[in-house]
Amino acid sequence: MSLLTIPKLAAVRAARVPAPAAGRRPRRESRWVAVAFVAPLVIYLVLFYAYPLVQNVVMSLHRFDRFSFVNGGAPFVGFDIYAEVASQPRFWDVVRQTAIFTAASILFQYVIGLVLAAFFHRGGFRMSATLRGLFLIPWLLPVIVSGTTWQWMMSPDTGVLNAFLGMFGADPVWWLNADNALLSVTIANIWLGVPFNLVILYSGLQNIPADLYEAAALDGADAWQQFWRITVPMLRPVTLITLLLGLVYTLKVVDIIWIMTSGTGSSQTLATWSYAMAFGKGTSSVIRYSEASAVGTILLVVALLFGFVYIAVQRKQED
Amino acid sequence: MNRSWWTTPVAIALTAIMLFPVYWMLNVSLTRRESIRRGDLLPFDLTFEHYTVVLREQLPYLGTSLLVGLGTVLLTLLVAAPASFALAKLAVPGRRMLNFALIVAQMVPAVVMSLGFYSIYNRIGLLNTVPGLVLADSTIAVPFAVMLLTAFMTGIPRELMQAAQLDGASAWRTFRSVVLPMSRNSMITAALFAFLWAWSDFLFASTLDREGGSLRPITMGIYNYIGAQNQEWGPMMAAAVVASIPAAALLVVAQKYIAAGVTAGAVKD
Repeated sequence: MSLLTIPKLAAVRAARVPAPAAGRRPRRESRWVAVAFVAPLVIYLVLFYAYPLVQNVVMSLHRFDRFSFVNGGAPFVGFDIYAEVASQPRFWDVVRQTAIFTAASILFQYVIGLVLAAFFHRGGFRMSATLRGLFLIPWLLPVIVSGTTWQWMMSPDTGVLNAFLGMFGADPVWWLNADNALLSVTIANIWLGVPFNLVILYSGLQNIPADLYEAAALDGADAWQQFWRITVPMLRPVTLITLLLGLVYTLKVVDIIWIMTSGTGSSQTLATWSYAMAFGKGTSSVIRYSEASAVGTILLVVALLFGFVYIAVQRKQED
Repeated sequence: MNRSWWTTPVAIALTAIMLFPVYWMLNVSLTRRESIRRGDLLPFDLTFEHYTVVLREQLPYLGTSLLVGLGTVLLTLLVAAPASFALAKLAVPGRRMLNFALIVAQMVPAVVMSLGFYSIYNRIGLLNTVPGLVLADSTIAVPFAVMLLTAFMTGIPRELMQAAQLDGASAWRTFRSVVLPMSRNSMITAALFAFLWAWSDFLFASTLDREGGSLRPITMGIYNYIGAQNQEWGPMMAAAVVASIPAAALLVVAQKYIAAGVTAGAVKD
């Protein structure tokens, strides 16, 4: 899923068209009609969103093992499991790696996306539909496809990346070993996210009035000054929203990391750690649902915190 | 603006760099097994043998993915369309709460959802089934679809609906014969994304449908190659190419709908 889901939130803004004028007071019966129309959605959200979430929290408060997972009867232990998870030495490593993965991903996705958008915008030709379509490809492909391809390109002895570096006399890099794994999955994730940033920032650039640039040019501002004095300030609202959205979505990435490294070495994040403890290959004898749920809940809380910041920023921008 | 001689070559070069991994996947999928490790820039040792392997081994998975994708589209639209109509045009009590819940729902990490689903499915016997996977996959698409459709339906002129109501049409009739036909394009966009997300899903498939045999989607078919003792890169890349076909096809035939989904009002400021 990962970045594939980013535009979902973008649609939120579209949904912000002013609510239908509440001029006349709706008759009581029309109220019931409205309830009937939204009822399937409400039931759906309760059954397939709220219930799994509650279930996840419940699991993190009970000590489950393989037997009690199937047969029930796991004892309630309060927040013990959270304390145990957080007191593991690797917990803070994982938190640090999650922070690096997230920060590096959204920063480079944004910067590369902005440079490309500015190039296509100011380069003199409109980004044609074909070109935009081509640039969207990395973002539309199933992550399993991109993940396996990157894995192959990063193969130490036969990968094309090392062959390329070798042309400049560099030694082969063990991209996917414990030390470099974080760097490698971050590179692949940046590649996945550039298209979305490009498309969003490109349409942001299109909304900046051209006469601002003309006026600046008349005043003798060069391209560099125009970029810093006009483009950057005018893009600030879009930037803020894009980065916050990227943050919320990058935090929860599992697939690209898991497919490339199974979360080994430095590439373990909170999301993949939670996944590994419950569903990791070869761990079926020591499945730790409770720990997985506890880490998942921590991740959920962090994601929602940033999510609320996003919502607050967006509300403020609209006022 | 100032079009310089270098812009077009640079644009082509940037596109090529960005798309290089996609090209590399194609290249490997067309290269004979013995020559793959040489890493030629073009498939000099051309073969289609990997594709015959994929057609032999992966066809059931592709069928499952198609089924899951279509099921997700159906469920998503069934839940989202009536609700969107109500949110856009009727006086829904608790509208703000509902809108807020839809935004929050999209921020929930999928791994958390899959843990909850796993425990519930384990109890009610939905693990490793197509309906179970369709239900889980639809959670990726439903909030998006509701927001997209609500935004569109809000723009439908009130007069059109009032005309229908004056003719004695019920809310349901108005929805079916006025609002739905007018919302065709945004329904297509929502359906396309629901299909693509379900088709591409790895997380729910690898947790809720791990032991489903041939009832697993193509993403798991490819994942099987990774787990194998001796990774077969040729068939793996060929399978990856085949799995990319829906995305590529939709980009070609339905680009305007895709683009509408990406920017769905993202940058109105």
